[in-house]
Parts: sequence; C-alpha cells; structure tokens
Amino acid sequence: MKKEGIMGATDIGPPDYHLMLPDIIKKNYGKWKYHEIVRPGVLKHVSETNDELYTVRVGSPRLVSIDFIRDICDIADKYCGGHLRFTSRYNVEFLTDKKENVDRIIEEVSRLGLPVGGVGTCISNIVHTQGWIHCHSAATDASGLVKSIMDELYDHFVSIKLPALLRISVACCINMCGAVHCSDLAVVGIHTKPPKIDHEKVVAQCEIPTTIQACPTGAIRRHPDPNIKSVTVREDLCMYCANCFTVCPAMPLADPDGDGVAIYAGGKVSNARKPPMFSRLIVPYLPNNPPRWPEVVSVIKKVVDVYAKHARKYERLGEWIERVGWEKFFKLTEIPFTEHHIDDFTHAVETYRTTTQFKW
Amino acid sequence: MPDETPLLDELEKGKWPSYVKEIKRASKKNKAAKDLLGIQELSYKDRITHWKHGGIVGVTGYGGGVIGRYCDVPEKFPNTASFHTLRVNHPGGWFYSTKALRQICDVWEKYGSGMTNFHGSTGDIILLGTTTENLQPCFDALTEIGFDLGGSGSALRTPSACVGPARCEWSTFDTLDLIYNITMEFQDEIHRPRWPYKFKIKASGCPNDCVAAIARADLTIIGTWKDNLRIDQAAVKEYADHGFDIHKLIVDRCPTDALEWDEKTKTLTLKPDDCVRCMHCINKMPKAIRPGVEGGATLMIGGKAPIIKGAYLSWVLIPFMKLEPPYEELKELLRKIWDWWDENGRTRERLAELVERVGLKTFLKEIGIKPVPQMVYKPRANPYVFFDKK
Repeated sequence: MKKEGIMGATDIGPPDYHLMLPDIIKKNYGKWKYHEIVRPGVLKHVSETNDELYTVRVGSPRLVSIDFIRDICDIADKYCGGHLRFTSRYNVEFLTDKKENVDRIIEEVSRLGLPVGGVGTCISNIVHTQGWIHCHSAATDASGLVKSIMDELYDHFVSIKLPALLRISVACCINMCGAVHCSDLAVVGIHTKPPKIDHEKVVAQCEIPTTIQACPTGAIRRHPDPNIKSVTVREDLCMYCANCFTVCPAMPLADPDGDGVAIYAGGKVSNARKPPMFSRLIVPYLPNNPPRWPEVVSVIKKVVDVYAKHARKYERLGEWIERVGWEKFFKLTEIPFTEHHIDDFTHAVETYRTTTQFKW
Repeated sequence: MPDETPLLDELEKGKWPSYVKEIKRASKKNKAAKDLLGIQELSYKDRITHWKHGGIVGVTGYGGGVIGRYCDVPEKFPNTASFHTLRVNHPGGWFYSTKALRQICDVWEKYGSGMTNFHGSTGDIILLGTTTENLQPCFDALTEIGFDLGGSGSALRTPSACVGPARCEWSTFDTLDLIYNITMEFQDEIHRPRWPYKFKIKASGCPNDCVAAIARADLTIIGTWKDNLRIDQAAVKEYADHGFDIHKLIVDRCPTDALEWDEKTKTLTLKPDDCVRCMHCINKMPKAIRPGVEGGATLMIGGKAPIIKGAYLSWVLIPFMKLEPPYEELKELLRKIWDWWDENGRTRERLAELVERVGLKTFLKEIGIKPVPQMVYKPRANPYVFFDKK
C-alpha cells in the first residue's frame, strides 16, 4: 500500500502509527482495563495483562523551537524507551512502565520550566490558533493571550480542585480554525468595523460574484457606477464576519481601534450527562490590550472563581449555568447583560424564553 | 531590524512556559525566527496583524498542504518576506519515536525557521515559516524520512483520532487503525483540493469525544456500544467503602435515571433500556463500570465553526455502525456524500449548510438512508409537509 520514501515520492501518507508506539503499548493495545489519577498530571493505566503504564502530562507553549522538541526527546530517551506522545490540547505525555521513573521525569521537566498537570477536574492547556504570529485574518493575537491567561490560571493546571474539567480555547478570528465554539470558555478575536474597500485592488485581485455571494447578510452589492468594477458594502447589514476578506483581499477589516475579543461560556463537546452544547456570548467586546490583555484575563479569572465556588461536584460550567439560569450567572459574575447578548441571526427565536419560569 | 522587544519581553515572565523564549531560542540560530520576533513585536505595538493573504505556493503534484504567507513589512523584516507554513500529517494518536521527531527537527533546521507547533488545531504538525525556494526540498526531505503533507483548502483535511485503544480502556473501536486506513485510502482527496469547501473527519473512541469531533467535523465518528455497560459489583463496593457517595454522585446524576442503588447490599443495578451511554458513571467509577463489548460507532454529520451560516453541532446520521477493516461501508458512504455535495454545494458551502438549504429529507433520499427517530430530538411541530407530487 505504502510507497517507499524516495526523493520525489508523493502520497505516501503519514507514518504507520505502529512504528511510533512504545513496547508497553504495543503489548497492551486494546487491553486496558481501567485507569486512575495518581496525583495531578500523572495517570496510571492498568491492563488485563496486569501491566501498569504511567503517564506524566506536561504543559507546553505549543509554539516551540526544534530545540524544545529535542529537549523532550532527551527525556523520553532516558526514561520512556525513546517514545512520547502529544495530547489534542498540545500537552506532552511521557509514558513509562516503571513507577520509579515518574519522579525522575517530573524532576527533569521541572528543570525545563514545564508544568505537570492538566489531568482530571482542572484546567488543561488552551487550544488556540495562530494570531499575529502567522495569520492574515487575525483580529487578535493568540499565543500572547494564551500565555497571559495560563499565567493567571497556572494553579488550576497543576492541581485538581475544580468541580469538573474546564476547557478554554482561543480563536483569533471568527473563522475559528480551532473550533472553539463548544468550550467552557472561549475567547474569540472580532472586528467591529466594516471592510475598507480598495477599489483598484478589487479589480486586480477579486472575483466580484464570489465576493457578493460570500456575504451571509447580503450586504455586498455591485458598485453603482458601472465604470468602477468593484463592490460596495451596506454598512448597516455588516456584522464584520470577514468572510468577504477571505475571498477578496482588497476588503480588509482589521483596525487597531476596532479589533478586540469577545468571550463565550458554557459550551462542551462531551456527551456525559447533558448533550454537547455551544458556548454563549458573555462579553461582547474587550479591546486588544497587548502584551497582557488584562481585561480579558480578569473576566476569565472571575468566571472560573464564581464557577468553582457555586457549581456542584462534576458539573461543567455550562451545566451549572443551565441549572441556575443565565440570569443568575450574570448576577453572580457581575458581567453586564446588554442588547448584544440577544441573538438576532438565524435561529435567534429559539433562544427567546417561552416560559414564565425564571429567577429575579 | 530593531533588536529590542520590550512588549514581548513581558511574556517571558510568569509561570506558564513562554513561547517568546522559544522564538528567542530559535532566533539565535535562524534569521527568519529573529524577524518573526520583530514582526510580533510590531504587531503588539500596532495592535494589528502584519501578515498578508497567502499567494498560491506549494509543492509539485499537490494543491494543498502549504499555507502561503507574506509579511507586509518586508523592507523591515526581509527574512520573513515569504514565510510559508507546511502542514505535516501527524502519526495517529500523536505518538512518536524520538528518532522520528529528531529527524523532523533536522529537516526543519535545514529548510525552515526552526519554529513549530506540536500541533496545530488541525492535528497536523505545523512547520512554521520557510521561503518559497525551500518548500520543495523541504517536502522531499520530509518524504525521505517517511512524512507527508496534510490537507488544506477545499480538500479533505487531515483526519485525526483520539488516543483510542492504544492507551484508553473506553474506545469501542480502533480509532487509530480506522483513521490511518482512511487517510491512506483518500490521499488524493487530501492533497488535491477539488470540492466546494473543506471536509473534516475526526474520530473519538467514546462519547467523551476527546478530539471535539462533534463540534468541527463534517463527518463525526463517535464510539458507542449496543449491549449493556459492564458493572463489577465487587469494585462498586470498594468505591462505596472508600466513602464515595454513589447515590448522590452517580445515580442522581444519570441523565435518564437508568441506575439504581441499593444501600443495604451495596449493589448498583442498570436498567439497560434507559441507558443512553453518556459516560458519566464510567468516567467517575472507571474501576467498576466499563462500556459494553459490542462496540461500534455513531456516525454524525455537519459539525462546523460559524463561517458562513453559523456554527453547527454534528447530528446523527447512522446510529450504529460496526467499524472493522477494511471499513468499506464507511468509505462507500463517504464517497456518496462527497459526490452529492460536490454536485450540489455552492462555493464555500460546508455539508451542513447544504443539507440545511435543501433539507435533511432530500439528503437522506439522495444518499439512500432511511429516516429513524434517533436522527432527531423530536418530530416537526408545523403542518408544512412536502408530500411526493406523484
């Protein structure tokens, strides 16, 4: 099936995962019986064969140099038979069948300044996008925001003291290449000003029908002057989604004073107890305030604190909010409820309250 | 270029590991990494991105896998004038030998900026930043060590899976084998974009959905089982003896009231017909409760982020499919869906948006799937039914 890796080969696909598995996993593949959390950041899996596997989970900044990768390889060579893995939230996992290696691994990663944690009812690493590091459509940075939030929530990564796990994600624009819209807390970069059209560039770079079709609210029209091969935007219909900019580079929306972030809360993907749910808008706009985004960090901190204090054991943020009601959530967190919180896009009516049951 | 980065230096402080330190580390050996630091500092000062729309760049024979990127201040930062990203298809479950990782590092030391994401939110290894000239030799060097590019643009995006049976007792099918198998089968669909828009496939081995398949994958595969969950009463007793409040934390939290607890005999009984396999009891009592043995998956479609018509969670298409090699039934279904979507979808219309536009009823007819109640929460409330006109 797979062609040899020769110069000029194509379509060879990724390496077969079997080549990447440590022996203990090869031996116990599909035979795991149960697991337990031994201490923050450390898992023990027990197999039907009675083999035991220890996992040490370690936080990473995700955007890393090749020397970082070589550092963690050195540790894996020493204690894990030359294998390691990453989680879907960018944590590094060191796997070993020797209990005595756990402390040694922790000692070595601590020396590199890496935290051990992210397992169980705590805050794991933040899933995020590229931001100003590499993206043309970013309305905010991602790496710096994440670093600022995780510095504040560090203790929640290295300890297990929340009612349930709490997943945070950051997307630097509403394209959400990180699909953050089902997270307990989601920070999303937004524009708040309509596109600025460079008519000369539109002629050169854009396909007008595609550009018109790209707008979900029908705000983009042909330019009324037939001599100008361009478009106009009805600004009252624009909600700054930037889909036009994606297909037509001559319509940038980015603006230092308009761009910022919105915060959403209460989403989840797991089916445990309540079905998966979307995150809902809690803060419509906060300005970009690099390098530390103090306003954003303080809202996140506040919501985490209120949730930790009020939710029942095992209750996810969204489950807690649904039980006590959003009106109570806004009261407890002291976040102002505004006209922006009321949906006016498709399916908006589904969110209107059709009962007399609510709290004061 | 200015060497001072006072704003970014702030992000070297604090307990969480710093990506700024990482860029600085790479910039000691690499000019592009040094310019990346400069651009990031400039963005922090100007509060705006300094990257332009990507041009069409790539490697011979492929239409994707490379994200073209140019900075808008090349005169200040000439080493990042072009700074393209390679998406490299990760091995299943994100397992690596250190040998393979070191080989990737060596290739990227030679041909790129030395900066990476392990991993991107797509699941791919992200090799961040190289020049147009270096793309082809870098790709050739990658294939030489056994790696290939992942998907980008209007193509099948790199399929990904949770850790599955490799290190999890809950996976009801072999997530890694399935994803590897379909990744190899659909190499052409990954590397040569030809569809209305992107198509994502993600597989989670159980309803906890550790790879967030339901939120973002056009085809969402989530492990489930047909028989009953397995309860080890001796282990249940042990939880109770250690003071774990089974009544309050497990039985009362069961969403469908499918568990009964007898405090006297310390037995936990399942009412199998009422269980919806949500995972709560299993998650909280992993030593005592396990998924059933008749494993397979629920196939769902439509998950996506907001662009264009709003976000969707995937919905049930096939309540249960047994997933075993060579996975022909699943592959056939995929081909049918792709053909129909390709034929009917508008530019940049994801599968969910097309299905919503024409109706789920039409979609089911076209794909040849019979409607079942598991597909919906509830039937329609309005009287506006389109009966066949014949």
